[in-house]
Amino acid sequence: MPGTHDASTPAIELVHASRRFVTPDGKSMTAIRDFDMSVQDGEFVAVVGPTGCGKSTTLNLITGLDRPSGGEVRLFGRPVAGIDARIGFVFQTDALFPWRSVIDNVVAGPLFRGRPKAEAYAAARRWLARVNLAGHEAKYPHQLSGGMRKRVSLAQTFINEPRILLMDEPFSALDVQTRVLMHDALLALWSEVRASVVFVTHDLEEAITLADRVYVLTAGPATVKSVYRIDLARPRIAAEIRYQRDFIEISHTIWNDLRDEVMKGAARSDAPA
Amino acid sequence: MSESTTRAAAPPYRPGTSDAEIEAAAARAERRHRLAVRSWQVLLLAALLGGWELLARAKIIDTFFFSSPSAIAARLYEWITQGANGAPLWYHVWVTLEEALLGFFSGFVLGILAGVALGRNRMASEVLTIYIKVFNSVPRVVLAPIFILIFGLGLTSKVALSFVMVFFIVFANAFQGVREADRSLIANARILGASKWQLTRSVIVPSAMSWIFASLHVSFGFAIVGAIVGEFVGARHGVGVLIQVAGGAFDTAGMYAAIVIIMVVALAAEYAVTFLEKRLAKWRPEALQEAPP
Repeated sequence: MPGTHDASTPAIELVHASRRFVTPDGKSMTAIRDFDMSVQDGEFVAVVGPTGCGKSTTLNLITGLDRPSGGEVRLFGRPVAGIDARIGFVFQTDALFPWRSVIDNVVAGPLFRGRPKAEAYAAARRWLARVNLAGHEAKYPHQLSGGMRKRVSLAQTFINEPRILLMDEPFSALDVQTRVLMHDALLALWSEVRASVVFVTHDLEEAITLADRVYVLTAGPATVKSVYRIDLARPRIAAEIRYQRDFIEISHTIWNDLRDEVMKGAARSDAPA
Repeated sequence: MSESTTRAAAPPYRPGTSDAEIEAAAARAERRHRLAVRSWQVLLLAALLGGWELLARAKIIDTFFFSSPSAIAARLYEWITQGANGAPLWYHVWVTLEEALLGFFSGFVLGILAGVALGRNRMASEVLTIYIKVFNSVPRVVLAPIFILIFGLGLTSKVALSFVMVFFIVFANAFQGVREADRSLIANARILGASKWQLTRSVIVPSAMSWIFASLHVSFGFAIVGAIVGEFVGARHGVGVLIQVAGGAFDTAGMYAAIVIIMVVALAAEYAVTFLEKRLAKWRPEALQEAPP
């Protein structure tokens, strides 16, 4: 339960977690294997790895949408049992409800959870103002730009005040300039609510810009290859940090590590099936 | 830099291509285009009806089989002023419409309920698929005599026939729509805290709605078919009865007049459905207007 755990208990813990699937043609496939990860309360962790290595599977195990085939996944010291109310999730694809206006999208979570209508709408208005979307409440998602839609997604997720925030390549569909703006928006929100974040991405610079620690995964089946602590001072400014000397050094070190896995992953997907 | 200042002195566009002028030209072209389409439509109708009338008068086509526009118009006028088959015309239309509407709404509501329920329940849908296929393979009109036998000559038998016609179309579309619902939308709603029922109501059904609306356009037509076929087999009032009686009396003008009435009713229903759809689906993007070349 929130509040009852002591500060040393990690918010998220994966212990020797593995997940196997049976593919449509009946073959067993291992997505992640012997996966260890621990995220402290309020920590920002980024996970990078080659495409298709099982990064999304990891997130599904934490949400409870999916169960581990072996090992254990714990939230604040307790094993995951079903979808946890303390979790917020920002999707890679556009997961806004297209038939709902902006404010009705943001208000969805609180209303699902039984908060009174007036209170939920007031909160939604506040969150929309915080992501600079005041005045767009009545619009429909298709009337917004990609960056605006992502900000609606952030408001929709943050309004539930998640203790754990999972993000699955949330900004990968945006253009580079918009993405940098979104990084700053995300860091600002995160510094206020101090949730524990797991941010999955294939963009190494994005990972370094945002995170306290970066997990590098192996090409599938995914396990943790190495973990890097990013000691760049906060608050960080996404548009500028990437030109700092220490940023470039860190980026170079991690890339040397990641490159082998990317090559392996690419070789595998090029190979005839 | 110096280059751009020298250029700024020249007008930025060719003359006659300012925004306002382009907009005005586009609006004018659009109006002209619409007028052209409308004129061709009217012209074509006049040519068809005029040609028909002329050929009929010149006895090139046999009016016994094909009647003529003037005879049909005369018959319609007679029906409107004096009634048809012992009852006012509007009463016949109302009877058919009532049968079709009742069949349509009951089939529509139950079709959605059944489609959504089965779409959400994988086991039940897999078990029942084969039976649904079997029932669906029966041409619905063959049920008309059975329904007349069971429910009698009155309203109920036609409503039942309309119902089965509409039900399966709506059912199949609702089922498909539920199955096609976006996986990440479902995952998003679940993580945001939706219960199973909330998920069905606020994600599954709205995303199936475009499929359901697609079925709506077809299915009102089928509801009218159901009502009229039912009336053919046995009834006292209704447009189907008018056609039946006119046919029995070799009154081709009467048959065509009844068909005209059905056309008007079906078109009105189509417009009503489109209007309803526009109201309910206002969240969908409108097609962008193409810029003139």
